[in-house]
Amino acid sequence: MIHARNLPFVTTLAIFVIAYGLCVLQFPNMLSTRVIGNLLTDNAFLGIAAVGMTFVILSGGIDLSVGSVIAFTSVFVAVMIGSFGVHPLTAFLAALVISTLFGCLMGAMIRYLLIPPFVVTLAGMFLARGAAYLVSTQSVPITHEFIDTMLGFYIRFPGGGRLTLLAMVMLIVFAVGIIVASRTRFGANVYAIGGNIQSAELMGVPVGATTIRIYALSGFLSGLAGIVYTLYTSSGYSLATVGVELDAIAAVVIGGTLLTGGVGLIAGTFIGILLQGLIQTYIVFDGTLSSWWTKIVIGILLFVFIVLQRTIIWYSDRRLAVRQLKEV
Amino acid sequence: MKTLSGQHALLEARGIGKSFFGIPALDEVDFTLQGGEIHALLGENGAGKSTLIKILTGVYRRDRGTIYLEGNEISPDDVASAQALGIGTVYQEVNLLENLTVAENLFLGRQPRRFGMIDRRTIRDRSKTLLERYGLDIDVDALLSSFSVAIRQIIAIARAVDLSGKVLVLDEPTASLDAHEVKGLFTVLRQLREDGVGIVIITHFLDQVYEIADRVTVLRNGRLVGSRTISELPRLDLISMMLGRELQHITRDHQAEPETIDDRGAPSIQFQNYGKKGSVAPFDLDIRPGEVVGIAGLLGSGRSETAFLLFGIDRADSGTATIDGEQVAITSPEAAIANRFGFCPEERKTDGIVGDLSVADNIALALQAQRGWMRPISSSHKRELADSFIKSLDIRPADRERPIKFLSGGNQQKAILARWLVTEPRLLILDEPTRGIDIGAHAEILKMIEKLCSQGMSLVVISSELEELTAVAHRVIVLSDRRHVAELSGRHLTTDGIIRAIAGTGETEAA
Repeated sequence: MIHARNLPFVTTLAIFVIAYGLCVLQFPNMLSTRVIGNLLTDNAFLGIAAVGMTFVILSGGIDLSVGSVIAFTSVFVAVMIGSFGVHPLTAFLAALVISTLFGCLMGAMIRYLLIPPFVVTLAGMFLARGAAYLVSTQSVPITHEFIDTMLGFYIRFPGGGRLTLLAMVMLIVFAVGIIVASRTRFGANVYAIGGNIQSAELMGVPVGATTIRIYALSGFLSGLAGIVYTLYTSSGYSLATVGVELDAIAAVVIGGTLLTGGVGLIAGTFIGILLQGLIQTYIVFDGTLSSWWTKIVIGILLFVFIVLQRTIIWYSDRRLAVRQLKEV
Repeated sequence: MKTLSGQHALLEARGIGKSFFGIPALDEVDFTLQGGEIHALLGENGAGKSTLIKILTGVYRRDRGTIYLEGNEISPDDVASAQALGIGTVYQEVNLLENLTVAENLFLGRQPRRFGMIDRRTIRDRSKTLLERYGLDIDVDALLSSFSVAIRQIIAIARAVDLSGKVLVLDEPTASLDAHEVKGLFTVLRQLREDGVGIVIITHFLDQVYEIADRVTVLRNGRLVGSRTISELPRLDLISMMLGRELQHITRDHQAEPETIDDRGAPSIQFQNYGKKGSVAPFDLDIRPGEVVGIAGLLGSGRSETAFLLFGIDRADSGTATIDGEQVAITSPEAAIANRFGFCPEERKTDGIVGDLSVADNIALALQAQRGWMRPISSSHKRELADSFIKSLDIRPADRERPIKFLSGGNQQKAILARWLVTEPRLLILDEPTRGIDIGAHAEILKMIEKLCSQGMSLVVISSELEELTAVAHRVIVLSDRRHVAELSGRHLTTDGIIRAIAGTGETEAA
């Protein structure tokens, strides 16, 4: 039986399959492994950030700092490797520690100073972007043989497509995210807090520790997304990835997660990312459409999904009311 | 305290005290719960029931006193530690998570794990067997939101007992259940009593207390009134414990007053057949100029609902309101204010004051509303008004610019009174005007009520303090089960008379 709460996910999945089918009917080449491989690689950094965003939104919060943290990480890593000659792995590790601590700090402010997540992460967004400018205002290219080796590592599909290391990292993050959300106490606590923070607290959920861990996780994954982005573009640039947090939020919502928290699936976010990638790919194949059509379609999809979620909530409330009337 | 068999009591609290911002909410309260006992905790709003429960279950920290569980001193810091000690609670409203399944709710925070992963199969199986013990055969993988309040209540109890197992605290568990569901709940509670669980139940339904409870403890104004075995406690005595009648002296000499109320001049405000379905049954109420009408009844009897109807907060769906012979429609608080009504609500902190505004701004609020927002009160006029009322009502500190949240409860109440007095109302409705106010301010407010009606203003006073009502009111309307059941005046207006009317033993005895 499909739970009412999973209906948005099922709908997204159906829309994706139908849309992909229609695309393939028009352009049979879109079925090729090459297209699929590119789609995964192109959206790898967005997908990784969106996993962190899903946890944040499931808990009833929001993280606006994602795009800025990605930009900071990419500039930081590029300068560390390019200007200071640090080994890439060391630079990656340092970047992840910084971004995770940054998330921790935001989580602690949200929990202990009782400031809304929107405000705290908005401040975090400006802070991280400013820090990125501070590191460098130039686009910093990186060349390092270790990075070339990393980029050269891929699994070849039949049909010429490549599953790159970047795509693999994203798939692993999604797989781990799905397990953490559905099979660990931390995941259960995230859903509980998103459902009703007072009830969760009265039921003995450690709300403070969980909130901090949620934003730390989002910080960590933003850092990881920044590293993947750096590898993807082979450079770091402080003006890059402006507004990526909004793309991530869009993917999360299209994937069926309730913006008010408590309901949603990490797998849904994956479909949300694929749907966004599919629209971009279609526009490239068509060749005559402006790339702004991506935004327009995403906008329409968002509206449709918000209305859909409202309808489902309204419908299940009404069904419950009818059932209770019958019981009486 | 030891029981007869020499065993320790299951849960024992001694000399519990707690203050909020210097105002005592609990003072020297003792409470003893035995295993295998259903113990009702009773009292009016503000009696301290919730505060006591929250201290026992780790939500609040006590200022004074000791708590023993099975003879060992305990000090629960938070809900989780109280649960771990064996004290589980089912709160009235915030309860369980609607976005999770039944099984997830039952095992939140204590999920059995295999290899670090939540073991969903075990959770499902254990949930099923757990709920079967309570006679529930439901799909534990269905969302909690798909079940009725009654079933959720049982699920919450199942969780609390399974988690804690020794003490179960239920806060108003039957408030939103129908008779059939209450029966089912009580079957479960009796079963748990058999199993030796100690159950504390807070409720305002006295019938249910007599049906289910073994003992009662009554609190009033943060103090312990007493603890009794229910089978040895007539209902009349229980009600007088809850409402109090230690003070028998009556300041107003009702004996000397005219026997029939018609002697006091023509009514200026009349409500006829006034009522609202599901709120208060239709009633007639005539109020004469300079008269104080008291409203008495237990918690949940429809006292505040009557005030809401009179002031237009709830719209009446039957009856008419007449002022000086002319019919008026009081469909909103604005309409009530336009007819020169005033209302001081029960919840002063949330519904009465605007905490961050100054005393002067708070006093000017109702006058401003009456004038309409297009005609602002000049700041010099506002200062004058504030200063004159601060002086005449003796509001302390006498500082009109101080944010009102920094004043004591009694002074806040005076400022709210001043707010309505500046509008020169013909009818002022006071809901629990002396709740949470120290003794000195209490007497002053009663004196002020008398002075106001001598100036021709009519007053409706709602109070759970019976001495207060008999002291200030000319007439008292008694409510029970959201119905006006009696009207007492003259020599019948005594605390005993009110208690008899509430208990339903009729005016025959009172007369």
